[in-house]
Amino acid sequence: MGKTLRIFFLGIILFLLCGPLVVVSGVSLNAKKRLFFPPDGVSLRWYQELLTEKSWLIPVQNSLTVATTSSLIALSIALPLAYFLWRYRVFYARALFTLGISPFILPPVITALGFLSFWVTIGFYGKMIATMISHAIFFVTLPLVTISLGFESIDHEIVEAAETMGADSGTVFKTIIFPMIRPYMISGYAFAFVLSLNEYIVAYMVAGFTVETLPIKIFNSLRYGYTPVMASVTVVFVLLAALIFGLIGRFGDLPKLLGAMNPEEK
Amino acid sequence: MIGDKPKGVRAHSPLAYPALMLGIFFIIPFGIMVAVSFFHREPGGFYIPGFEVTNYQNLYTALFGRTLMFSLFIAGLSAAVCVSIGFPFTYFITRMRRQAQVVWLVFLMSVLSLSEVIVGFAWSLLLSRTAGLSNILVWLELMDKPAAWYPGFTALLFGICYLAFPYTVLVLYPPLSRLDPALPEAAQTLGASPLRTFFTVIVGSLRNAIVASFVMVFVFTLGVYLLPQILGRPRHWTLSVLITDQAIYQTNMPMAASMAIFFMIVSLLLVALTMVVGKGKTLKGG
Repeated sequence: MGKTLRIFFLGIILFLLCGPLVVVSGVSLNAKKRLFFPPDGVSLRWYQELLTEKSWLIPVQNSLTVATTSSLIALSIALPLAYFLWRYRVFYARALFTLGISPFILPPVITALGFLSFWVTIGFYGKMIATMISHAIFFVTLPLVTISLGFESIDHEIVEAAETMGADSGTVFKTIIFPMIRPYMISGYAFAFVLSLNEYIVAYMVAGFTVETLPIKIFNSLRYGYTPVMASVTVVFVLLAALIFGLIGRFGDLPKLLGAMNPEEK
Repeated sequence: MIGDKPKGVRAHSPLAYPALMLGIFFIIPFGIMVAVSFFHREPGGFYIPGFEVTNYQNLYTALFGRTLMFSLFIAGLSAAVCVSIGFPFTYFITRMRRQAQVVWLVFLMSVLSLSEVIVGFAWSLLLSRTAGLSNILVWLELMDKPAAWYPGFTALLFGICYLAFPYTVLVLYPPLSRLDPALPEAAQTLGASPLRTFFTVIVGSLRNAIVASFVMVFVFTLGVYLLPQILGRPRHWTLSVLITDQAIYQTNMPMAASMAIFFMIVSLLLVALTMVVGKGKTLKGG
């Protein structure tokens, strides 16, 4: 395909992907409580309000607490499972792996409804712990897939050499396996963290009226009165995601994490 | 040694915690949902255990049928749009230098991670009268006065495609980046034009990957829940909206559960069907 045509095509896609973000950034700078683009005057007060106004600060705190703990729980489930599956290729471990990635494949409303009926039954509906655990299960796929990729990159001969020299499995894990999969654990955690911050339907179904997370708060403000704070919080989210993925791209092997083979050859 | 069969309880110990967590918090909730779908609904938001298929029989309504068809239709349409634009796009990305690839991937991941509510809000602004694209057209003197371009079907389609496009690229990325670069080169050496090479060699050799990606994007877009409410009109609401409405606002859990299970079966069947059709084509096409 011609080079001009290719650049034109990529340019249009880039424009379409950036368009909404540019408008949102512009709107977040409005001086008055209006959603104008181009902005009517420039001010940073909507960013300030995000950090001082209680009605925004609480959802910010909720979202951060849920995302931090739920991705930690997800990681704690994924690590031993991925380890076991790498070490012993048995069918029941593989079945458990499939189970771990299925919440991600089904339409989310189905998993969300399952969580809702569960938490209502055991009486934890509306509690923050319900949101945390639901998110952990919902996003366990991400650390599971990345950590499994990490295990696959470990050369079996190194492990065998260590075992021949007399290292027990604990020592092997601490000195060889753990350092090699650590970057994959970090990326898995980061993926789950970012997606948990942005998740709506599970959080809404499980505790939407009591534990208000940021996406829920944004949707509520969409329905009951617009404010430029919605735009400023969006900008913060995009920048946060770009920062986290940028760090992974800078220090990790993003093409490989996303499934490209032989990254060295390019 | 690696690849051994695990022996004894001790060897199995790493599996205990993940199995317990997934069992309690995924299988049991799912089981409860299946059970609730057969329970009897009491007026006033409660339900009592029992076994009746009334909830499934109640699904047979014009509203449910129309909503299901519309959900499948808009998911299929947006998946088709995303894959046909995303395929050449991903191909170009995989042919770039590694550094450029990483930059694009970071950008796409950042867009992908955006919540549906943020995408909906951003598009509603972009299509609005006060802050939207029409203002630029007015400024360029192509339009007389700014106009609101949402809610509506086209706005919804744009929103869903925006949401699903980065996902499509990430699904297409592995097969395309593993494509042997010698293949298109050989075709061009033999005299095929770049366009012809693209359609016959690249699209041809990745037909299975294209079908698989279409299915994955289709299932992904089936899940949209907020966009129809932000960018669409009530007649554009999807099954996810209907299910949530039953569960939260009508407090009819048995009905919501039976809808969700029906929805799951339909989407799994469609996935299976598409896979079979995709395979059949490859067999015939060589």
